Amino acid sequence: MDFNDTEEQALFRAKAKSWLAANAQAKRQGLMAGNQEGRYQQAVDWYHKRYDAGFSCLTWPKEYGGQGLSQMYQVIWNQEVSHYGEPDEYFVIGIGNCGPALMTFASEEQKQTLLPRMARADDIWCQLFSEPGAGSDVAGLSTKAEKTGNEWKINGQKIWTSGAQYSRYGVILTRTDPEVSKYRGLTMFMIDLKQAGVEVKPIKQIDGGSHFNEVFFNDAVIPDNYRLGEVNEGWGAALMVLMNERLANATAAPDGFEDFLNWAKASDIDGVAATQDPIVRDKLATWYAQHAGVEATTFRMITAVAKGGVPGAEGSLGKLVGASMNQDIANFVIQQLDAGGQLTADESTPLDGHFQSAVLMAAGIRLAGGTDEIMRNIIAEQVLGLPQEPRADKGVAYKDIPSGNTGA
Amino acid sequence: MNFEFSDDQKLIQDQARQFLTEHSPLTVTRQVMDGGSAYDSHLWKSIVDLGWTATAIDEQYGGLGLGSLELCVIAQELGRSLTPIPFFSTIYLAAAVIQQHGNEQQKQSLLPGIAAGETIVCMASSEVAGQHLLQARQTQFKNGQLSGKKIAVLDGVEADYAIVSATDANKNHSLYLVNLHQAGVQRALSPSIDSSRPLASIEFNQAAAEPLGADDAASVILTQAFDRAAVFTSFEQLGGCEASMQMGIDYTKQRFAFGRSVASFQAIKHIFADMYVAVELARSNAYFAAWALSVNDEKLPLAAATARVSAIDAYYFCSKENIEVHGGMGFTWEFDCHLYYKRAQLLSSIIGSSRWWREQLVSRLLDE
Repeated sequence: MDFNDTEEQALFRAKAKSWLAANAQAKRQGLMAGNQEGRYQQAVDWYHKRYDAGFSCLTWPKEYGGQGLSQMYQVIWNQEVSHYGEPDEYFVIGIGNCGPALMTFASEEQKQTLLPRMARADDIWCQLFSEPGAGSDVAGLSTKAEKTGNEWKINGQKIWTSGAQYSRYGVILTRTDPEVSKYRGLTMFMIDLKQAGVEVKPIKQIDGGSHFNEVFFNDAVIPDNYRLGEVNEGWGAALMVLMNERLANATAAPDGFEDFLNWAKASDIDGVAATQDPIVRDKLATWYAQHAGVEATTFRMITAVAKGGVPGAEGSLGKLVGASMNQDIANFVIQQLDAGGQLTADESTPLDGHFQSAVLMAAGIRLAGGTDEIMRNIIAEQVLGLPQEPRADKGVAYKDIPSGNTGA
Repeated sequence: MNFEFSDDQKLIQDQARQFLTEHSPLTVTRQVMDGGSAYDSHLWKSIVDLGWTATAIDEQYGGLGLGSLELCVIAQELGRSLTPIPFFSTIYLAAAVIQQHGNEQQKQSLLPGIAAGETIVCMASSEVAGQHLLQARQTQFKNGQLSGKKIAVLDGVEADYAIVSATDANKNHSLYLVNLHQAGVQRALSPSIDSSRPLASIEFNQAAAEPLGADDAASVILTQAFDRAAVFTSFEQLGGCEASMQMGIDYTKQRFAFGRSVASFQAIKHIFADMYVAVELARSNAYFAAWALSVNDEKLPLAAATARVSAIDAYYFCSKENIEVHGGMGFTWEFDCHLYYKRAQLLSSIIGSSRWWREQLVSRLLDE
């Protein structure tokens, strides 16, 4: 066991530190509450700056816009950048999902053209998997892709698409054969979203923001050379993408603990320091133990990956623990503030309304990228090897699977 | 960064596991639980032969001089098999205190015997329920003699020596070494939740005693000793967590209800998923604390408290839910579920319970 940086890692850390000190903005609370367009523009600017300095997509090969470094360097970067207020993870869903998909399945020319632009946020990418009738059960999706000549025609609807309103491209999972079992009739593509057959409608969320979108496809066109993987082998390709995403997400999931600790250190409850309140102290113990446990679990995953292992379903743990903790922390702090805790922008509101904003956002984080319940199923079935529930869709052709939506 | 035990350490763990699977089945734990003896002396002898008692004792005192990481992986296996031997008191606590704070004569007279498994040493601090170990100061030291009563002393029934905290005429709170085989010592078995690891009450009536460690240093020495023991304990708890979770999985997989395996019900699977999460968090925190202990990092006090809090919560959760998923059979004496549940109770309290450690965690986190 050894937690020290190697000489090269220490060198990289020093380089990252000094560059960040000169170029990154200090933590500014209230970022979450800011205007969405403003935040988007700030993120694009940051991604440009970071790329030009050689700190983007560190684990990607150099020829595709990365730095060819191991996961360990990404961890070091994440640790250092976390001291600043930059939106370093803003496009993580697009890049974390679409990057590996292109890396594995796109042509060499496509990779060399598209990946560096993705890494620099010159092009924003989104992942088009979920549908109104296929969320937790995403393999049940129905958006159709039909081949005519050298092109595919796309018809259907996607939903919960992060950042689609800003996206130039997407990676889309479609149904190409409804006559076989639902897992065997899927095909993955990349798609140019700036075309007539594609319509993006932002979804207004419970927090008033619109991070997610509905995306409608009416005879949208994809050239066959945009196909990622073989026809009808899209499910395997999608799983590969999701697997790569796990480690990225495991290192990125915020659990709210740092904000809680900062609040506790800076606040009074009825004139007594919050850190001296027994109820607050009990929560500090509970949440610190979980926070430290998730962080150390990530170190264990990285060690395993560095030794040649594959990031497994264990990565579900960080999100499962962190998302709920984030929600509970926000609610707990609000409950320490009495009626004033309901105010989002009063001068007495701590951290510029961070907790009031987080208590709403966290409800969505528990759903995004797999609900808490799906995460538990993944752990139970894929890690612990417990039997699946009896299923009504096993061995049945996709078109014959019962669906409550058929009449709607 | 390399956050994993070495191949050599894993080999030690595998060997420990194989040995205990063969020689320390739960029937051995039950024999002690049913009142046959305070520990299994035959098993203790075999474990001494394997060198486990000598692992972390310096070579000049008859030990093997290995590091604390080796002891961590052994602890995990002892916890998994609920092995009823006086390892906790003698090795995790007493040996470390004597090695770090004893004078040369004390080290030479005690450590070789501990390494050879011939000397059992217990730690006697508690005096009354509801009072933390460091606050127990009623026991008096005067003119080389100790008087007072200690309770809930793990392995106190069989121990040869005790390390006792006591206060002298100047109100200095210090540690003392007491030979328990003397007229001024009376001890009795105390009924307790986990009778597979018996607790004793020990009364000292002008018992001959000698100081161990510096004057008025009891709190400092015990705090360090408990931090260190907390790391090993968290590995014992981790082993117990894994065993009780596996027991529940094995049982529910082969048990059928409503025409299907009980383990296939989502309500049951989600309990196991939550167990897994608790165990992995406890494991990661225990690993981090093990690393901090092995290099004596400045983060050790916080890491030890974090590992302890995590492990207490995880073992309680796994062992209670193991009973739950077993249904009524889990509540019977015949099934082994209660063995883990009771051991989880014992390990949660024996070096200070959850309340104290949560308080330690927070004050260390806040640097108070």
